[in-house]
Amino acid sequence: MANKVIYAVYEDPELLKGAARKLITAGVKVRDVFSPFPVHGIDPIIGLKRTRLGIVSFMFGSMGLSLALLGTYYMMIYDWPMDIGGKPNQHFYQNIPAFVPVLFEFTVLCAAHGMAITYLIRNKTLPGMPGRNPDPRSTDDKFIIELRTEDNHGHDAEAITGMLRETPVFEINERQC
Amino acid sequence: MQQEAAIRPPLILGHRTFGDITADVIAPIENKASTTWYVLLTIAALIATYGIGCILYLISHGIGAWGMNKTINWAWDITNFVWWVGIGHAGTLISAVLLLFRQRWRMAVNRSAEAMTIFAVMMAAMFPMIHMGRIWLAYFVFPLPNQFGSLWVNFNSPLLWDVFAISTYFSVSVVYWYIGLIPDFATIRDRVVKTWQKKFYGVLSFGWTGNAKAWQRFEEVSLVLAGLATPLVFSVHSVVSMDFATSLVPGWHSTIFPPYFVAGAIFSGFAMVQTLLLVMRKAMKLEAYVTRKHVEYMNIVIMVTGGIVAVAYGTEFFMSWYSGVQYEAYTYMSVGAATGQYAWAFWALIICNILIPGMLWFKPVRTSFFWAWAISIVINVGMWFERFDIIVLCLHHEYLPSGWTMFYPTWVDVGTFIGTIGIFFTLYLLFARFFPVLALNELKSILKTSGESYKGGEVLRKSQH
Repeated sequence: MANKVIYAVYEDPELLKGAARKLITAGVKVRDVFSPFPVHGIDPIIGLKRTRLGIVSFMFGSMGLSLALLGTYYMMIYDWPMDIGGKPNQHFYQNIPAFVPVLFEFTVLCAAHGMAITYLIRNKTLPGMPGRNPDPRSTDDKFIIELRTEDNHGHDAEAITGMLRETPVFEINERQC
Repeated sequence: MQQEAAIRPPLILGHRTFGDITADVIAPIENKASTTWYVLLTIAALIATYGIGCILYLISHGIGAWGMNKTINWAWDITNFVWWVGIGHAGTLISAVLLLFRQRWRMAVNRSAEAMTIFAVMMAAMFPMIHMGRIWLAYFVFPLPNQFGSLWVNFNSPLLWDVFAISTYFSVSVVYWYIGLIPDFATIRDRVVKTWQKKFYGVLSFGWTGNAKAWQRFEEVSLVLAGLATPLVFSVHSVVSMDFATSLVPGWHSTIFPPYFVAGAIFSGFAMVQTLLLVMRKAMKLEAYVTRKHVEYMNIVIMVTGGIVAVAYGTEFFMSWYSGVQYEAYTYMSVGAATGQYAWAFWALIICNILIPGMLWFKPVRTSFFWAWAISIVINVGMWFERFDIIVLCLHHEYLPSGWTMFYPTWVDVGTFIGTIGIFFTLYLLFARFFPVLALNELKSILKTSGESYKGGEVLRKSQH
């Protein structure tokens, strides 16, 4: 039997959430959900783990801070100490208050850009990539649940479609994959 | 589903569906541009061209083409720089700080405010660069290894802090803005029919799919970026103020500068947002999204920050008098300034920044579109005068009376300033024509909680069977 992919289209995020909950309770695995804006509360229903991008940002920020500390130490204390307005320059700890703005800015710079680049790569969203949403309406006003028969060996396509019809679904599309 | 108190006024007026929001916001992109747009773009582009001409003249002739002299060695250039940076503070404040405070009204305002921020910071960053005289050596501001031995930048200097602050602020603002734009570009990509538009928005949308994981990451990134951008917003203008505050010039050497500059920046930034948005809501028929309530909220921010600025003026005036120091007698907030040759600039500041914005304390004024717009322009002018006063007035009567002088701008001074306004409006008009001017995905997410036809329990599901 060929694998099938079923797209159940809903008109409201709340209706979609209700339907997803019903399907999960019946033992059907939901592959993905496509929506024009974030559907709050869908992640635990379809079993998505929390993203680790916050940690990524922290790590990039720490890297930025370390680089900035190293850079200011090397340039201002080690390589060429400069006596400017009598500001102490013999020891790093004496000079560090004057570096705080740069340390802060560089930390933010690395944290923000590192996270943003990771985000784009993880989402597979890069310039010129083709859109891979199943239905153009999913970026406008429709909310779509994607189900695949290969994920649900316990239920065939007809059974899943039958279950979907019991939910306030707007449209059901089936495709071979 | 989140609920919102019924007494809160709706943020999206009329009986709108998700599809209506898309249609309303994308209409200017799908339809032909109006004649007014072409006329405005032509005017802005002509002014921009003149400005670029002035800048080229300045670069080829040196900064002697500006009217600065031995006493007043910083003038319009730094005035314009601080003015533009200040204007560039509203966008990220609206998108980051108000996101952390969960202010839903920001969603109708943030996109265009962020665009304005980015263009304003671009204009701002240009002034220190052209002031260097030898702009081809501008890369010297970065700590790059170079062929002159150990010639490093000075990390003790607020001017270098500025380099880091402005470049970080600019690039982080661009990233924040663009990450919010990606899903909206995808909406346009999936909707437009013309081939070039499909290609154009296809490339810009980065292949956004809008699946659950992508949205989860999107929200996390928005939140973390907001958390990072919030201290950034406050740091940038603090650092700008330290360009003055760490010097020894009377009037500049002041400990209240950082908070006072930040308040002033937000004050002028919101004024510029109002100036642009109130025209845009009419021209692009977005009255249902940018409502009277939005304008009132923004005016309240202007009132608060304007109040902080007014208190700062008062403090500065008092301190210059109370210190009893002769050198303080002619700082920008002093009896000398109020009665001297620059009295007109002093009073322009007081009238434009305190007296006229003070009218916003009256509810009919701050809820009127016309008065909000008129006052926002006055504030823009007033905040330019504030920077002019701080810079030129504090310098013109410095220590030695033999060095006292006045500043007279040349045509190049005027041309570069007007030119940046032209470049700014050219960019903004192009943005308004080709980019989604409201954050589509964010507006849709508040429709069911803050939309007029969904509030107060009477949930209208007209398209449901």
